[in-house]
Amino acid sequence: MKELLEKLTQAYGPSGSENNIREIIKANLSQYETKTDALGNLIVEKPSPGKKIMFSAHMDEIGVMVTHIDKDGFLRFDFIGGVGPYHLPGERVKFANGTLGVIGLEKIDKISDLKKENLYIDIGAESKDEALKLVKIGDSASFISPFFDLGHRLVSKAMDNRSACAVLIKLMQQLPETNNHITAVFTVQEEVGLRGATTAAYALEPDYGMALDVTLTGDTPKGVTMEVGLNKGAAIKVKDRSLMVHPYVKEKLVELAEKNDIKYQLEVLEFGGTDAGAIHLSRSGVPSGVISIPCRYTHSRSEMVDLRDMEAVLSLAKAFCGADLK
Amino acid sequence: MFLKELSEARGVSSREQEVRDLIREYVKPNVDEVFTDSLGNLYAVKGKDKQGPKVMLAAHMDEVGLMITNIEKNGLLRFAPVGGIDPRVLVSKPVAIGEDKVIGIIGAKAIHLQKPEERTQVLGFDDLYLDIGASDDEEAKRLVKIGDVATFTTQFQELGDLFLGKAFDDRAGCAALVELTKGEFDCPVYFVFTVQEEVGLRGAAPASYKVAPDVALVLEGTTASDVGETDEANYSTAVLGGPAVTVMDRSVISHPQVVARLFEIADKNAILLQVKRTITGSTDAGKIALSRGGVPTAVVAVPCRYIHSPVTVMSVKDWEQIVRLVELFVCDIAHKGVEF
Amino acid sequence: MDLAELLIALSESSGVSGYENMPADLIAKTWLGYADEVKKDALGNVIALKKGKGHGKLLLAAHMDEIGLMVKKIDDKGFIRFATVGGFDYRTLVAQEVTVHGKEKLRGVVGAKPPHLQAANEQKKAYLEEEFYIDVGFSSDKVREMVKIGDLITINRSVQKLNGQRYAGKSFDDRACVVMLTACLQRLTQLNHNLDVYLVATVQEEVGTRGAAVAAFGIDPDLAIAVDVCHGEFPGVRADRGFGLGKGVVISMGPDTHPKILTKLKEIADEAKISYQLEASTSAGGTDAWSIQVAREGIACSLLSLPLRYMHTSVETLDLQDIKEGGRLLSEFALKADRQFVEGLPCF
Repeated sequence: MKELLEKLTQAYGPSGSENNIREIIKANLSQYETKTDALGNLIVEKPSPGKKIMFSAHMDEIGVMVTHIDKDGFLRFDFIGGVGPYHLPGERVKFANGTLGVIGLEKIDKISDLKKENLYIDIGAESKDEALKLVKIGDSASFISPFFDLGHRLVSKAMDNRSACAVLIKLMQQLPETNNHITAVFTVQEEVGLRGATTAAYALEPDYGMALDVTLTGDTPKGVTMEVGLNKGAAIKVKDRSLMVHPYVKEKLVELAEKNDIKYQLEVLEFGGTDAGAIHLSRSGVPSGVISIPCRYTHSRSEMVDLRDMEAVLSLAKAFCGADLK
Repeated sequence: MFLKELSEARGVSSREQEVRDLIREYVKPNVDEVFTDSLGNLYAVKGKDKQGPKVMLAAHMDEVGLMITNIEKNGLLRFAPVGGIDPRVLVSKPVAIGEDKVIGIIGAKAIHLQKPEERTQVLGFDDLYLDIGASDDEEAKRLVKIGDVATFTTQFQELGDLFLGKAFDDRAGCAALVELTKGEFDCPVYFVFTVQEEVGLRGAAPASYKVAPDVALVLEGTTASDVGETDEANYSTAVLGGPAVTVMDRSVISHPQVVARLFEIADKNAILLQVKRTITGSTDAGKIALSRGGVPTAVVAVPCRYIHSPVTVMSVKDWEQIVRLVELFVCDIAHKGVEF
Repeated sequence: MDLAELLIALSESSGVSGYENMPADLIAKTWLGYADEVKKDALGNVIALKKGKGHGKLLLAAHMDEIGLMVKKIDDKGFIRFATVGGFDYRTLVAQEVTVHGKEKLRGVVGAKPPHLQAANEQKKAYLEEEFYIDVGFSSDKVREMVKIGDLITINRSVQKLNGQRYAGKSFDDRACVVMLTACLQRLTQLNHNLDVYLVATVQEEVGTRGAAVAAFGIDPDLAIAVDVCHGEFPGVRADRGFGLGKGVVISMGPDTHPKILTKLKEIADEAKISYQLEASTSAGGTDAWSIQVAREGIACSLLSLPLRYMHTSVETLDLQDIKEGGRLLSEFALKADRQFVEGLPCF
């Protein structure tokens, strides 16, 4: 799992540019015939006559997009997804074609004046023409941050949501015998509004939706008020801004975790949403839930997850695949 | 060119009748079928039974405006914005209210009566009134009613090398779409004039659900801020810079291969094309792209200065280029298909 | 059960968004007495069909969920920290009695700092969200045994009958409008009405008009009227933002209103001598009409509102007469709107 996770998190894939991630996933699921839809969602199906369960894990990560190149070759940019400007000065970025850059900050008097308008990317170009050979307006870039193996705890950019992609790959590789029809969708454009899941759910018409995604934790000094923490197991979501988890689905997950001795915790998240928010409103409604991987420092360059939680999420997802659903 | 009539026609979101009727008359001779739906979207269809990918081209008919919410005892009217209007552009402007186009003006306290500190304060919607010259509420009620909408009264005119008018967002797109109905295409083309874009991209979702296209382009009038004190980094688009392609905004990531195809065509045909440089704002494309199982969609726009105000400014050159670009794009789709 | 009894029973039942089972069962049972069929869909919307002469499918929607609280953390002393479900004014929560729906129902109070312990200017400031907690009177271990993360919390408030036909209580937004739908349904049983009427008590309106979206997709009606509450008149509220109690329902004029339905409603109300008020509403959104209008290929839609004072508090106040008259208007509409009218809706 660690090796796969390192490969996935280090790859380049801001919202709208998920190709590299899709290729890695395809290579790891070569035993399946996969298909890619109009928006770029990767769909992997294991048909069966039972209930249709749609699992989703989004492939995209937050990033930046170039909006202007000035005469001296500096790039101005806007955010893709929920990027906090305070993290950015001194950070490094990479473009799809491999061009590297660092983020610089204009001289400002107070840190509270820091806005995205004060930031720029320096790709080492000395003029606009030189910059234009490497980058054009509208190009996306992702952040760079090496993968740290701290034992159980793992750190990288894009743990949101490649950690769940890794789990979903493992799930499809190790799929238990089941009467349920399992579809894994590796979705695009989650970070900009749950978009890939919207179209995939419409096309697939599932009976149940299950998103795998990261969630925040409340186990850091003076952090968010919530009970979720690392190494406390798979987080079974109750609600977030996009979804009230269907009580039947939530209770089913709790029941499966308890029956199979899978470590779990319940999650009430006051911010953010997941693909399940889109899936449950598809057509005439799809009871949906989320199994979350607790993740510290989400949307920073150093997102931290615990391998044991990922294993628990995988076990619970497997159990749900095999569940007898009404 | 049909821009003058369209610009001067009145069509506040959900009250697009005048614009719709104008467009219907113009496109009728050029297309096979014209119809409307339950929201008021207008569809003009050409080559319905032809082979090849189904193309949807969309532009919104509605404009931002005001709605009368109350008639006060003294005959002055209270109003609320329909769509995104900056209240600062409203002061001292005439507007036309309701079907009878009753003229009203938006008044403000005379400068003589203001304290110095008042002059730097923004007049918000709660501070503004419409004056139609009625001496009390009874007289006012004979002229207008609650729920009536009001539009700016700007006349279309030339402004140096440019055009000046109201509602180029998105009558510029509507005019381009009307022009395009004259073209001959080897695939089914659905020209859709949508309603209620300015109040939340309302018309586009049902329209794209109904059409179920294989590929879609949204034609817009978009922000150009190539003016005065704006840093070049914040221009968004520039007038006379050619049509602007949106790579990403708040509502959509234009399909990368559709964007690539547009640039290819522009290159080959010496059409000037610019990328919209901010990712703010939303368009109908956000709804169309997510319709049903997903639709490859992109946005191309005519750059317009001062949008959502009574005086928008654009260039006919940008407009002509967008018509040409879209025509070539549809032909290209008809021949090469949508296997992106 | 008469309408007043139903109003009280629905108000006093608990049904936070996503967990509407209790009011749903009561509504389904009530409607079964009058409708041709009643069912629940995948997300829990209660849908009743009252067949008419088949001139068209009319959807009437009112939401049955209420805003509420949810346990997000239990601290070391056993105090419960909570998240909100739907839009709460925290200031109305101070010193309220609540029920925590744990393993069993637990009584609780929202704590408030006594004046003696407050610094000089403290009372001038509202409490911050982070300062709120619930005390159930047990130790931390006992609380953890009884209460799980994600358990719901509702405010205790029985309905207060005020003077005349006025009532005060919680969750009148929008169960009072479910009662209006019921009044319509009762009356339809005595009418040979043109339209087939689908009455829907929707779920999850308070968290983003979610239930209505899927119900509209599933039913695929020709036209729809959403019924929700609007603000009642009150000192300090502008005349165009607050409407009189007992003066009839409010017919909305805004982007989510189909012009022909608007005209028809006014015409029918005038004919049947039903009083109504008019609201020019440009800030559309926030009601089920918003979701319904754009379902599938688009649905001709309208919005009726019931004047309600003190919205989203535990003492929402209304006039029962408005509910009865609103129900009459809806049933008259189902009676009189005919095939020709329905077929004309897409013609602009």
